[in-house]
Amino acid sequence: MNKPVKQNCGCGLENTQPSHNLLREMLPMDRPPVKDEPCCGPPPGPPSDPNERPGYRLCSFVQGFMPTPVGPVPRIKTLLDTRDKLGTWNVRMGFGRNDYKVAPGLYAVGDPAAEAPVLVTANYKLSFDHVRESLAGMDAWLLVLDTHGINVWCAAGKGTFGTAELVQRVLKTGLAQVVRHRRLILPQLGATGVAGHRVKKECGFEVIWGPVKAADIRAFLSSDHRSEVAMRRVTFTFSERLVLVPVEITLLRKHLVYTLAVLLFLSGIGPHIFSWPAVWQRGVLAVAAVAMGIAAGCIVVPVLLPWIPGRAFALKGIFAGLFLGTFPAAVHWNDSSISYWSGPALLLLTTALSSYLAMNFTGSTPFTSPSGVEKEMRRYMPVQAGMAVMALFLWIGSAFLMK
Amino acid sequence: MKSLRYLENVVTLALDEDKCVGCGICTQVCPHGVLVLRNRKAQIVDLHGCMECGACANNCPTSALAVTPGVGCASYIIQSWIKGKENSSCGSQGCC
Ligand code: SF4
Ligand code: SF4
Repeated sequence: MNKPVKQNCGCGLENTQPSHNLLREMLPMDRPPVKDEPCCGPPPGPPSDPNERPGYRLCSFVQGFMPTPVGPVPRIKTLLDTRDKLGTWNVRMGFGRNDYKVAPGLYAVGDPAAEAPVLVTANYKLSFDHVRESLAGMDAWLLVLDTHGINVWCAAGKGTFGTAELVQRVLKTGLAQVVRHRRLILPQLGATGVAGHRVKKECGFEVIWGPVKAADIRAFLSSDHRSEVAMRRVTFTFSERLVLVPVEITLLRKHLVYTLAVLLFLSGIGPHIFSWPAVWQRGVLAVAAVAMGIAAGCIVVPVLLPWIPGRAFALKGIFAGLFLGTFPAAVHWNDSSISYWSGPALLLLTTALSSYLAMNFTGSTPFTSPSGVEKEMRRYMPVQAGMAVMALFLWIGSAFLMK
Repeated sequence: MKSLRYLENVVTLALDEDKCVGCGICTQVCPHGVLVLRNRKAQIVDLHGCMECGACANNCPTSALAVTPGVGCASYIIQSWIKGKENSSCGSQGCC
């Protein structure tokens, strides 16, 4: 009996047994020849892939299946195509990140034999893509854990890239029947979730800690499983920080709508109780101050992180906010219809927001300790709240004060 | 990471040298070079560089290392203040 079909794509076929015959039966030469008869509409697309099965969809990164003692294992491409790249771009921009995953299980890269190394990764499609790309030209097995579509580092922190899942996945895929050795190569950042000695005890496979980055896998494998010190260290370079910026901003979407609605409303309050022209005239300034706060906290601080003074991110955010905040605050300095007090109000608003957002960026960095983050939050959140309250008071008050 | 340093004197990492059997696993898994192996014992050489990820303690076969691990994520910490640690989750809408 075949096991019930669970996954919705071709990569989950490890357990279907009568594969060899089935595959042979489905070879393209058995098909009736396609006749070149005239028909309505554009010419038809290519015929179905021989590996397709009812109820499954063949993933575009699969190029055929490899027979193994546990059934056919999908062989994956190591070259990313346009679809993969578009997907990467999309999640980097912050869209669809919560559902960008591949089916967990065993995959083959190249033409792996029973002695080929087994690499382990997460089922976040981006992690999966990084690994297969870095394995170009090599023969290896890739064991993908169900991390609920989250990358190795974060999943290890949450425990989904963990000992239990790894052991379960090894047993479920029948890996011991596929390879003769008993070694698993894991990304080093998975060590937060996986305890190597427990894996060995529970399923007999030894965990070997590979490099931090997928790009170093080739060097690691060719140097007999030895990582240089540099491969063992996390980095947080300019470009690594830059790619995080769009996500930081798109995550704000929902909060931003509320914040702007409240600010626009408050901007309309004045001597006439509420006035729409004021919403327009003063509201634009408030929106500009918020935009500057976001730019300071979500772009300037992450990108210029090492060069902004202070260790605490909230403090870095204050500096960046004070700098960028001067622009909206100074715009109407000479405008007699707007009170002097609106300038400081806007500056405080930008600074409070920038400090708060910069503090939130700690969660995206690979070097901030939770104890440190908690300490800086206790110290700076009252400051941020104070600045925000003062900003709002001054902002509303300034509508009643003419120059 | 020498160019990017976070707050000093906050880290909860502790090593019990008597329990250490010198296997060196902790020095392999630490992504910040906090630990080194000297005279068949682990040593903390850069305490303030530790980000409390817990990789070393999780992989030490003799529990010689202890650290309060966690995610250095502000929204998680706010949740844990309000709802308690057990009910908090990091990144419901995707901090990581
Ligand atoms: S992992 Fe534990 S036993 Fe091994 S060297 Fe480190 S502290 Fe010592
Ligand atoms: S908790 Fe993480 S950063 Fe700190 S010493 Fe252990 S492995 Fe290194």
